[in-house]
Amino acid sequence: MRRAKSGDMGAFEELVNRHERRVYSLARRILRHEHDAEDVTQQTLLSAVEHLPEFREEASFATWLLRIATHAALKMLRKRRGLPTVSLEQAAEPADDEGTIPHPEFIADWRENPLVLAQQAETRRLLDEALNELDEKHRLVFLLRDVEGLSVRETAEALELSEANVKVRLLRARLQLRERLTRAFGDESKRLQPHAHAP
Amino acid sequence: MKCDQLLALLNDYVDGDVDPALCEEFEKHLAGCNPCQVVVDNIRKTITLYRGGQPYELPLRFRERLHGMLRERWKQKFPGADSSKSS
Repeated sequence: MRRAKSGDMGAFEELVNRHERRVYSLARRILRHEHDAEDVTQQTLLSAVEHLPEFREEASFATWLLRIATHAALKMLRKRRGLPTVSLEQAAEPADDEGTIPHPEFIADWRENPLVLAQQAETRRLLDEALNELDEKHRLVFLLRDVEGLSVRETAEALELSEANVKVRLLRARLQLRERLTRAFGDESKRLQPHAHAP
Repeated sequence: MKCDQLLALLNDYVDGDVDPALCEEFEKHLAGCNPCQVVVDNIRKTITLYRGGQPYELPLRFRERLHGMLRERWKQKFPGADSSKSS
């Protein structure tokens, strides 16, 4: 990083080689469109060149890049819809994050452990499909927090949301994905009925 | 603690971020409630699967174009810097 900041292009390219796939993947998962994801990746990395001298290293380089990519992707989403640029917080329906937490319905141990499942080609398709079924606001929070591993605070900053809001959305996202994946991976013969889950 | 309350604390628990006093109550409930145990286990596995997922590869032609563009921009931004080490 120090070498890159002093103008060493080779050092910068090493950083790009290390992080470009994460940037592209995040953009692709937010936008669900290959060419838009390319545009966002390009904007992000060009912006990184432009602003590298200002990078303070308070966050990791990866987190910094992901934040730039998130902003660019959100801007593109809004442009697509022809909406003026407003933060997610403002755009959200206030009542959306209130109310009760959805209860788990399909409760069962999974037939295989995640290590085995991860090696199956079918799993990747299923994970992407499940993610795509989430509302955008839940998908964004889950992508940054659980797929990219940002902290709650970093996720809140990147999406311009409060930490409390991130937590509520994350819980809904995780519960919805759990439900979806358990329907696919759960062992029907070990299913526990929802009524057994009542207090 | 009831199942509903456990559900509300689920995130903090799996992220290791729950208040120690509540954590004790959480685990006490968990020990006696099989469905909640399974839900917590399902959630952990869900997160593990997504965290361990492989990122997408950049399409090759896009990657070449991108790196060319970055080199150009770099030379404009740092005109005096030694760029001979670049690949």
